[in-house]
Amino acid sequence: MSGSTYYVPEQSKWPILASIALGLLAYGAAMTITSMTADRDSIGPWILGSGFLVLFYVIFGWFKDQIREEAEGLHSDQLDRSYRQGMLWFIFSEVMFFAAFFGALFYVRTFAVPWIGGEGAKGVTNMLWEGFSATWPLLQTPDMKQFPGAEAVIDPWHLPLVNTILLITSSVTITFAHHALKEQKRQALEAWLAATIGLAVVFLYFQAVEYHEAYTELGLTLNSGIYGATFFMLTGFHGFHVMLGTTMIFVMLLRCFDGAFSPEKHFAFEAVAWYWHFVDVVWVGLFLFVYIL
Amino acid sequence: MATVDVDLPHVKEDDPHHHGPARGLGRWLYTTNHKDIGSMYLIFSLCMFMIGGIMALIIRAELFQPGLQLVEPNFFNQMTTMHGLIMVFGAVMPAFVGLANWMIPMQVGAPDMALPRMNNWSFWILPFAFLILLSSLFMPGGAPNFGWTFYAPLSTTYAPESVTFFIFGVHIMGASSIMGAINIIATILNMRAPGMTLLKMPLFVWTWLITAFLLIAVMPVLAGVVTMMLMDIHFGTSFFNAAGGGDPVLFQHVFWFFGHPEVYIMILPAFGIISEIIPTFARKRLFGYASMVYAVASIALLSFVVWAHHMFTVGMPLVGEVFFMFATMLIAVPTGVKVFNWVATMFRGSLTFETPMLFALAFVVLFTIGGFSGLMLAIAPADFQYHDTYFVVAHFHYVLVPGAIFSIMAATYYWLPKWTGHQLNETMGKIHFWLSFVGVNITFFPMHFVGLAGMPRRIPDYALQFADFNSMASVGAFIFGFSQLVFIYNVIQNVRVGEKATAQVWEGAQGLEWTLPSPAPYHTFSTPPEVK
Repeated sequence: MSGSTYYVPEQSKWPILASIALGLLAYGAAMTITSMTADRDSIGPWILGSGFLVLFYVIFGWFKDQIREEAEGLHSDQLDRSYRQGMLWFIFSEVMFFAAFFGALFYVRTFAVPWIGGEGAKGVTNMLWEGFSATWPLLQTPDMKQFPGAEAVIDPWHLPLVNTILLITSSVTITFAHHALKEQKRQALEAWLAATIGLAVVFLYFQAVEYHEAYTELGLTLNSGIYGATFFMLTGFHGFHVMLGTTMIFVMLLRCFDGAFSPEKHFAFEAVAWYWHFVDVVWVGLFLFVYIL
Repeated sequence: MATVDVDLPHVKEDDPHHHGPARGLGRWLYTTNHKDIGSMYLIFSLCMFMIGGIMALIIRAELFQPGLQLVEPNFFNQMTTMHGLIMVFGAVMPAFVGLANWMIPMQVGAPDMALPRMNNWSFWILPFAFLILLSSLFMPGGAPNFGWTFYAPLSTTYAPESVTFFIFGVHIMGASSIMGAINIIATILNMRAPGMTLLKMPLFVWTWLITAFLLIAVMPVLAGVVTMMLMDIHFGTSFFNAAGGGDPVLFQHVFWFFGHPEVYIMILPAFGIISEIIPTFARKRLFGYASMVYAVASIALLSFVVWAHHMFTVGMPLVGEVFFMFATMLIAVPTGVKVFNWVATMFRGSLTFETPMLFALAFVVLFTIGGFSGLMLAIAPADFQYHDTYFVVAHFHYVLVPGAIFSIMAATYYWLPKWTGHQLNETMGKIHFWLSFVGVNITFFPMHFVGLAGMPRRIPDYALQFADFNSMASVGAFIFGFSQLVFIYNVIQNVRVGEKATAQVWEGAQGLEWTLPSPAPYHTFSTPPEVK
């Protein structure tokens, strides 16, 4: 590598626009939610909306520049390695985000709920709600008026099991797509990508059905105590990540139609695949710790 | 650190990447240059340091006498909260990222950061995040008033409306930190010049590599905890409400799982800076280079298993108290290794006492005092007396002000000639140092005494017997605060005028950055230097 020249990307307007977008999104979201809770009108939704507009403009423009520069051969191997490392560390940060919510789940199950129920080292807490006894899933909350517990929880062996099979299969199909890409079987590549998207969409549909059932039939809501809180936050953030991942795979499919990616250079594709596997692994954790146990 | 011999490749004039900065405002808005971005981080940090400093002076003015003099208690609470948030997230962290931006590419022989556009993004998020945070001062109900640690339910059930703005502000500044950290790791792991093996890297680079890892690991946890708050406040969840089976103590666990690594994020780069400066002015190689690296790594790893020492009085099972007490005390071992190595580096060295060295020496002494009071706080049974008193305030200000802040000042004085091309005004530097040194100690040393005597923190009024020490602390705070004007004047003067600095700048300085001319060229290395 010695003697080669370093590549430094040119100036770009996209980062500053992206910062403006995040500023608008944060301020707009805060204003919208605050006024919603206080039950009054505000310009929050407009600020939020303009933030999304700028964000989408940035996403399209920045990636377009990126794809053009790569096509022009500006991306050195060194930059490619930086991208790979960047993506891996980003996924690690996502893992830690989910870890916070898994940690909260483990903490309430192992400590907080049993203590309020009068068990364990801090069982004296039970004096707050005498007669409350700890169970998991927590259907009877300490204060049923403020947090009406659910009547029942989701049965893991129906939709969640199907969803597990769907997502694991989709991890396999995207790997097939990757192999097809490396062997330059373009039709197979597109077919496997389309199959992955199909599986993901069905997964999301089943999640929506499950949420609907939870809210309308089981009384399992965000408001139904700590079980509902952890359930919806964990599966909700996961579902949001599946949506993002599906969009990313969809973009990869469009780019494949466009003739993008060579067997040697296809970092964008690989990054999306890594992300998809990460989403899959999180689901396995959810299936185990949220649904089954 | 290994001595670095370098072949500097001749810079070709027609090199397309070797052009100067763009003109006008666009240079700063669109820049991908690590030096521009580093400067912006440092200037931003200085502005926040001033704003947070003014808040500190409001606090100290109110506490000059017992009784309520100047401000309403609620405004006092907003000041303590905003002072903490601004100093931690707005002053100390961006200053270290700014130094990393400036120095890491130069120290590892890279042309720039690994991901220069993301670098720009990381910086420009910060002004927006802090605009949002500061705007909360003018909102109905006022700014966040629940302390920088924003414990639930103070920050949920009883919070002012502006808490939601605080939450989203934290979200985007967290995104900024994560991207900054990813960039630094990618730069260090991927952009080193040939021959710059990991164990030849300067310690500032090593400490930042480990700090960046901590940032990526815990900033998402902070995002998680503020998201739980958001859901509890607006969407009916019960994470921090025992009536629904949650637990306010859960907030403290998640927060401090972020919070304790966070305080090391604010000190590990300081260790790196001090490990650069002391060898230069002792004219000796750093004593125990490898042990320094391993010590920093152990401190970082241990930081993940000690968080609950912030919560000894909250009602944890005994086994938790004991575990977190001993795990915390274990950290004294690698920290002791570092202090020993700094002292051993100076032992029989040819010491001179230029301004950076004075700040570095003050760091070693005063940080060690802060470390010892930390050990006292780590003793669970004793902590029941110290908890939430001014002793805690004294402890963390000793590690953050003459610790982190002094190291940032030391670094500024040390590398400023390299950045601006002008030699330092030593007289002004020494005036600044002595005023700061005296001011810091007058401010924070008496806090140990009032704390041990039981004065609670975050209260605008206090009992009569604490009056003398408090008025002393307030005088010290104003000395320290106003002496920073000397620093600003000195830096601005250095940018504008001054004797031309040599490439070496300091007689004993070692490392790649000193092989570059002063001021360093806009693009550092356009071809990789060979490190032997």
